[in-house]
Amino acid sequence: MRRIVSILLLIIVALGISLSLAKIPFGAPKTKVGKHYINEGVKETGATNIVTSVVVSYRGFDTLGEVTVLFIAAIGIGAVLSTGRKKAMRETTPASLVLYTGCRLLFPLILIFGTYIFIHGHLTPGGGFQGGAIIASGFLLIYLGCQERRISRVASNMAESLGGLTFVVIGLLGLAFGGYFLLNFLPKGIANALFSAGIIPIIYIAIGFKVGSELTSIIDNLIEES
Amino acid sequence: MMSFLADYIYYIGAFGLILIGLYIILVKHNLIKVIVGLGILDTGVNLFLISVGYITKGTAPIFSKPGIDSEHMIDPVPQALVLTAIVIGVAVLALALSLAIRLYQHYGTLNLRKIREQRW
Repeated sequence: MRRIVSILLLIIVALGISLSLAKIPFGAPKTKVGKHYINEGVKETGATNIVTSVVVSYRGFDTLGEVTVLFIAAIGIGAVLSTGRKKAMRETTPASLVLYTGCRLLFPLILIFGTYIFIHGHLTPGGGFQGGAIIASGFLLIYLGCQERRISRVASNMAESLGGLTFVVIGLLGLAFGGYFLLNFLPKGIANALFSAGIIPIIYIAIGFKVGSELTSIIDNLIEES
Repeated sequence: MMSFLADYIYYIGAFGLILIGLYIILVKHNLIKVIVGLGILDTGVNLFLISVGYITKGTAPIFSKPGIDSEHMIDPVPQALVLTAIVIGVAVLALALSLAIRLYQHYGTLNLRKIREQRW
């Protein structure tokens, strides 16, 4: 019964969707704002990666909201999972030498790669969110491979708070210097240079720290408390 | 018919994923399967947003060299939205899984029908 009703519901949803989608051609330019970002983005923000200039500069306030959603999700996981009780140590077999050495060898390389991704976010594909996810995957490797190694929660909370604080403070500095939140008040520099695009790399580095430490704390909570 | 398929194949795939995810959420009783359905739904929505922004023979909107042709660059706005949506999707999935862990510890089952029958 439930199955039939839900299949009927899905058919209605699919009909509605296909009727509305028939009017949207695939592969044709649709928005004027996207064209404007492509034509004027490098001149206006200094970042050669237009996606980055949209994420951090044109829609920077939106990104602050998204980072807040991520923060709330991480807080929620901590609140749901942490019991405060000391868990009895699970019986674990120590990792073999190959696994242990491999993890310890790969971990700094993954960290360097993630840092590269979020420092060059305004020049190449990548940015704070992607670099943060790569860094968290490095910590996940440590958690899975070298079982007795744990990161300090204080340090990860510090990195998270510093990242969020940098984002907000830079936005407020823009308000103080020029009149609106997240104004790009630093010099734009030459396009395609590492030190260019004003506040965009600084904000993306802050986002990288924030996302990396948040995802790491999610992994930590899921492994430690469950 | 074939040209219709060729033109709209990405939309069809994305909405296939969305409908599969919705079906799983509506019908399945196992909480883990419902969360997997949520993940599939999330992927379908992301794929749909990306394919709306695509332009035929498009390139990535990055001026990696001076004098690069900006005529065929794809729309950067959906890409920027999906970029954040992916990370948030991961966080929401993790939150749902942690709630599932707590539910299992409390009720001893992940079957939603059985959980509904029980009183605290």
